[in-house]
Amino acid sequence: MGSFLDSINLAFIIAAAVKIVFFSFMVILPMVAYSVYAERRVSAIIQDRVGPNRTGIPLTLFGGKKDIALAGLIQPLADGLKFFLKEDFTPAHVKKFYYWLAPALVMVPAMMTAAVVPFGSELDLGWLAKLGVEGAWLHKPIKLVIADLNVGPLYIFAIASLGVYGIVLAGWSSNSKYPFLGGVRSTSQMISYEIALGLSIIPVLMIFGDLNLSKIAQYQDKNGWLLLPLWGEGLTFKRLVLWIPIFISFIIFVVAMFAETNRAPFDLPECETELVAGYHTEYSSMKFALFFMGEYAAMIIGSGLAVTLFLGGWSIPFGAPLGLGYVEGATPIWLGLLHIGCFLAKVVCFIIFFIWVRWTLPRFRYDQLMKLGWLVMFELALANVILTAALIVWLPN
Amino acid sequence: MPAVLFYLFSALTLVFGLMVVVLRNPVASALSLVMSFAGLAALFISLDAYFIGIIQILVYAGAVMVLFLFIIMLLDIKAEALKKVNAFSVVGGALLAIVFIVQLGMILGGLEAGKKTVADVPIHFEAAAETQKLPTIKDDLAKKSLPDTKLVGMALFHRYPFQIQLMGALLLVGTIGVVILSKREVN
Repeated sequence: MGSFLDSINLAFIIAAAVKIVFFSFMVILPMVAYSVYAERRVSAIIQDRVGPNRTGIPLTLFGGKKDIALAGLIQPLADGLKFFLKEDFTPAHVKKFYYWLAPALVMVPAMMTAAVVPFGSELDLGWLAKLGVEGAWLHKPIKLVIADLNVGPLYIFAIASLGVYGIVLAGWSSNSKYPFLGGVRSTSQMISYEIALGLSIIPVLMIFGDLNLSKIAQYQDKNGWLLLPLWGEGLTFKRLVLWIPIFISFIIFVVAMFAETNRAPFDLPECETELVAGYHTEYSSMKFALFFMGEYAAMIIGSGLAVTLFLGGWSIPFGAPLGLGYVEGATPIWLGLLHIGCFLAKVVCFIIFFIWVRWTLPRFRYDQLMKLGWLVMFELALANVILTAALIVWLPN
Repeated sequence: MPAVLFYLFSALTLVFGLMVVVLRNPVASALSLVMSFAGLAALFISLDAYFIGIIQILVYAGAVMVLFLFIIMLLDIKAEALKKVNAFSVVGGALLAIVFIVQLGMILGGLEAGKKTVADVPIHFEAAAETQKLPTIKDDLAKKSLPDTKLVGMALFHRYPFQIQLMGALLLVGTIGVVILSKREVN
């Protein structure tokens, strides 16, 4: 038993636990809640409405004269409370075990994929030594990624592809027509677009020559973002020509990401006009909320992956020439925090983009969706792989 | 990886593998197979084979089994669950399985490598780094991390280039065939 305890690296486990709690519970879950709020406010702006702008601190409840509105920022808390207080109704005709399992199967994979996304460069805790804290762990900066795997994007695709079980099981176990149609639609949709999604990042991986997401972010910090190769060694003729296939890749990746996360214009599995609410028609209360949160969590991680692969991850634009770049082992704490902020800012912009698209484009018809996936995206992605390979081989360095 | 985790994941793989055969509901069987694949992937990852472990989940759990489930759901499950158990096939299957386990045990018991643990055969990173030519693999090995994905790629594309191109052509023909077959006839 003693040797077993010795084999456990305590500092590593504590650091991992702190990172998991910080990134998934203090960043992603609040972001899920506030993306819903952002969705409602942005849709209101687009449709020339006001949106939820009242829920604030209810001082009138405690005998005050006026509530503090805070532009409705407390709305997500009120929504959450509402979900918990509603009746959790299980219809009699459902297959109970799978009906209960399905919402968790949507939420869990979405949260698990967060493990490999680097949300910052590194945090130097050396300044704690001045405050009198002692320990060897102080002098090794903490890498801001939960699991520094060498198969980053593959891990995300693998775990995200498990999310389809939740939707399929929800549709099947509900034992009712509309959810079942939603489940069937989502299965074929997710499988079809997974191919385009996987193929779209192959050109990117060919340029990086690496599958480790933190190394990919570091490379872009030094040599310019993939979509913005304007500093460092990115200013070569080769990189500028390669910008074209990268841009095609980016478009395919984003379209496939919309389809994978069941977002409009590809939200056929829950298409209200045809299927009531699709796979979650029979769900109520917190179980419904889990589907809802799972969708937003998948969207946030998808944005995180797109940002890491194409837009430099945590790196600050023109960071290296401005002296705001990452230097391994010698990045001061304020710069580390700035990198985290930069990553989150990019992800927020991407989510606003997701929301903007939903309230701008009409929904596809189902046969159009399948045609787009199999006859346009798939071939385009394949051709793009060949184009990139040819460019890499033939262009002078 | 601590031995505890090895036993945990092996037990997971085996128990769910058994449930695939024993459970009467086809959906439950399919989901058990997914769990069994997950356990198997964990075992691969414990052997530093991250790539194979992740591909196991990506391809089998994420794509093949989803299609299985898709088809099962379109079938009539009640008829399937009510089918009577054929005593002869159960006995025959069990006998075959026992014979296979005995064979496996005899062969693995005689294997020298079976007596070694991972601690007995450390990876010589420095020596391995010198033999590699590609800079990315060399750097990774020098930093004492095993670039298993890159090594698999090297083996596939440098040692077996003809075979991999043959496979690629086969898969492409298959894909084109699917597109043609699923095309509706236009009068």
